[in-house]
Amino acid sequence: MRLTLHIWRQKNAREKGRMVTYELDGVSEDMSFLEMLDMLNEKLMRNGEEPVAFDHDCREGICGACSLAVNGIPHGHEPLTTICQLHMRKFRDGDAIYIEPWRARAFPVIKDLVTDRSALDRIIAAGGYISVHTGGVPDANAILIGKEEAERAMDFAACIGCGACVAACKNSSAMLFVAAKIAQFAYLPQGQPERKRRALAMVAKMDEEGFGACSNLYECEAVCPKGISVSAIALMNRDFIRAKLTEVPQKTTAGGG
Amino acid sequence: MTLDAKIPSGPIEQKWDNHRFEMKLVSPANKRKFSVIVVGTGLAGASAAASLAELGYNVEVFCYNDSPRRAHSIAAQGGINAAKNYPNDGDSIRRLFYDTVKGGDYRAREANVYRLAQVSSAIIDQCVAQGVPFAREYGGYLDNRSFGGAQVSRTFYARGQTGQQLLLGAYSAMMRQVGLGMVRFHSRTEMLDIVVVDGACRGVVTRDLVTGKIESWAADAVILATGGYSNVFFLSTNAIACNVTAIYRAYKKGAFFANPCFTQIHPTCIPLSGTHQSKLTLMSESLRNDGRIWVPKAKGDKRPPNEIPEDERDYYLERMYPSYGNLAPRDISSRAAKRVCDEGRGVGPTGYGVYLDFAESIRRLGRAVIEERYGNLFEMYERITGENPYEVPMRIYPAAHYTMGGLWVDYNLMSTVPGLHVLGEANFSDHGANRLGASALMQGLADGYFIIPYTLSHYFATAKPAKVTTDHAEFRRAESEAHERIRKLLALKGKRTVADIHRELGSVMWEYCGMGRNEQGLKKALEIIPTLREEFWNNAIVVGSGDELNPALERAGRVADFLEFAELMCLDALHRNESCGGHFREEYQTEDGEAKRNDEEYAYVAAWEYAGEGKSPILHREPLEFETVKLQTRSYK
Ligand SMILES: Cc1cc2nc3c(=O)[nH]c(=O)nc-3n(C[C@H](O)[C@H](O)[C@H](O)COP(=O)(O)OP(=O)(O)OC[C@H]3O[C@@H](n4cnc5c(N)ncnc54)[C@H](O)[C@@H]3O)c2cc1C
Ligand code: FES
Repeated sequence: MRLTLHIWRQKNAREKGRMVTYELDGVSEDMSFLEMLDMLNEKLMRNGEEPVAFDHDCREGICGACSLAVNGIPHGHEPLTTICQLHMRKFRDGDAIYIEPWRARAFPVIKDLVTDRSALDRIIAAGGYISVHTGGVPDANAILIGKEEAERAMDFAACIGCGACVAACKNSSAMLFVAAKIAQFAYLPQGQPERKRRALAMVAKMDEEGFGACSNLYECEAVCPKGISVSAIALMNRDFIRAKLTEVPQKTTAGGG
Repeated sequence: MTLDAKIPSGPIEQKWDNHRFEMKLVSPANKRKFSVIVVGTGLAGASAAASLAELGYNVEVFCYNDSPRRAHSIAAQGGINAAKNYPNDGDSIRRLFYDTVKGGDYRAREANVYRLAQVSSAIIDQCVAQGVPFAREYGGYLDNRSFGGAQVSRTFYARGQTGQQLLLGAYSAMMRQVGLGMVRFHSRTEMLDIVVVDGACRGVVTRDLVTGKIESWAADAVILATGGYSNVFFLSTNAIACNVTAIYRAYKKGAFFANPCFTQIHPTCIPLSGTHQSKLTLMSESLRNDGRIWVPKAKGDKRPPNEIPEDERDYYLERMYPSYGNLAPRDISSRAAKRVCDEGRGVGPTGYGVYLDFAESIRRLGRAVIEERYGNLFEMYERITGENPYEVPMRIYPAAHYTMGGLWVDYNLMSTVPGLHVLGEANFSDHGANRLGASALMQGLADGYFIIPYTLSHYFATAKPAKVTTDHAEFRRAESEAHERIRKLLALKGKRTVADIHRELGSVMWEYCGMGRNEQGLKKALEIIPTLREEFWNNAIVVGSGDELNPALERAGRVADFLEFAELMCLDALHRNESCGGHFREEYQTEDGEAKRNDEEYAYVAAWEYAGEGKSPILHREPLEFETVKLQTRSYK
């Protein structure tokens, strides 16, 4: 296959970026999209040019590192597929392909196609957990969880934290990411004690990090490589409102925290 | 120096209990005076960081990924073992212990393995409490499946994403401590060296991968949980960035490297399709619960699989190992696949593949059940190969997957450098010469949640490390070495890309130090590797600069270490004149091609000490004593 690649090149966070065009010949259809980029990079390096930087690691669709918008769509046109799992047999000889980084205020570009998604980690640190310390927990089978509930929780727990939902949203909202975590715990008995607190803390952090609001267009669901349902967002909104209504000011006790 | 494994005295069942009582504690008020560096945020690192911070220690965490949640543990699919005996099928601590020692072909330390089996149950309890959505039965109880090398069902799983769910559990526990200010984490930061002051490990030198800044960090102890080194083979099931750098640098600073040649070749991976390939994809071993492995009986049979009648198929694992069948352990299954392919009976375009066939299970259980069990794996297979495994059998072939070797540690998980602790796949671990499926996740979490919190406290309480700051000359020295190395790498302006040299190294290792090894081949590899290293330092291309994000530079640094480390692996494989587990020396096999151990001479852990540039490493032996399990020929027939 022969391809024309239009790729976003940006030296660093401070400098302006631009699209640069590359011709690439000899692409095999068994290659993954990232292997196609490897091929381009090998070629660039042999010419003494800097390779295109992009995030990737597992190349199995699970680590959430890869993060390219291909022809304007986060992770490309194939539904339920991360870009590392998209194979070149899904493209045609002679195609022109546009490759850009995630575009979102909360994800500044570091270089070329690499963005800083650490805001997502900070949202988890604000409340995306069950407060349990190591040891002193009951036997695993002491907590009964119906198969259905466990499956629902797993559907939401499947989020890989790639941020495609944010990149697809015109408001750069992180609602789907945040809601997926909230919904996972909402379906589990272990998640109940902190349910309200969690919703308040994570939503507050999300706003603080500069993510936008949700306009119910569901672009996020459409690009999510794990098929996380927007029903999570409705659940989160309910939890958030309920928590707001019953909110009691946090009291700190000496020695607590 | 003699190796002291510090195995507690007493009967095996009581060793850990006794030890926990005998170890010294640090009082709650004093804990905040101690600091620890954790490198790596996989299951081992994240669980350790969270647990230590909960106790009150100050924890500084590093990983090279852009988020701690992306450590390679995330990719584990199949499951995690624990001796819960929920199915009432005969499991016990003792049986898990026994299976692991036997599975490892009697090259693991009994006391460690027993402890692992003892704490296994608590791991599942912990994960459930964190909200890990393990698979359940309709009654709400946890479901189990079976894995290779076991006759009981002791594997807990979360669809085909067990590693992801366990890691997210550990990650969120760690992030909670970040929120509480007890853990500070630095992602996109690579550890380049450890720093040893007055004989103890007192910190690390790192490079910020975004700014290129080289920096020193001091602490009272250091934990490496940096994963395995299967990428020495270039193609493996590991993530692209997995490497040996952290533990190799520690080796050069005095930590002994144990059993480097013990590597695991996983039997069920998608076969190689071309030279462009950057990695191999694992198809979880759990598939072997319902898939049957076969090749045509006749050589060179090119008919499509569904046209080959039943009686012309060779279900070779079922034939050779009737009591374990398709669930024979990994080393055995991999070698059997290699053998039938070498005989010319392999399938697929390259002839290096065997069928993993679900037709019978689909008939017996229905497509829906198979879909529920393995849906995501089937999808992944189809995405990569373009073939639908519900209709045509999968094609699989072995691939490098896991490294049992790693830094030598004592019972307290401390290396030969005081203060330097090593957890997870990075240590030489509890798996001997072959790891059983679903036991790496168990070991990583055992190390992090339930062992290091005790043993590290003991270290602090007894060693009482004096205060050291990064102003110390040793930090300056390590920093300037790191700068110098980066400068040398950036000066490489040759003609061959680093990936190209890495690929060549990988094929040498796969050929001579892979599934089958022999003296002649290993000696050949030991001749080739130094020339490749020379090629690297004379003819590699590294573009870009050192003060910005530079993936080419990162990769070059890792490959440079592989090029040195590969030699140690071959040396170790050459010295071990026996076959055991994943280490198959062709000269040492029984008549029917099984591994032939030599317990008289080789029932020891080979721990290698770095002797300096250009010098042969020094071999130290830790004799393995089997007091509980009787040494036997390992049979799965
Ligand atoms: C595809 C696949 C499937 C698997 N499935 C199973 C399974 O079903 N069951 C099972 O038990 N086991 C399985 N395993 C094995 C298991 O996943 C691993 O052995 C285990 O997760 C390793 O965990 P770890 O914490 O030791 O290291 P990792 O998870 O590999 O983490 C290493 C960490 O170290 C960091 N790091 C490394 N070097 C440096 C450095 N120089 N500086 C800074 N940071 C560094 C990385 O950023 C990362 O955070 C599987 C493995 C693979 C490859
Ligand atoms: S590289 Fe891990 S999800 Fe794509």
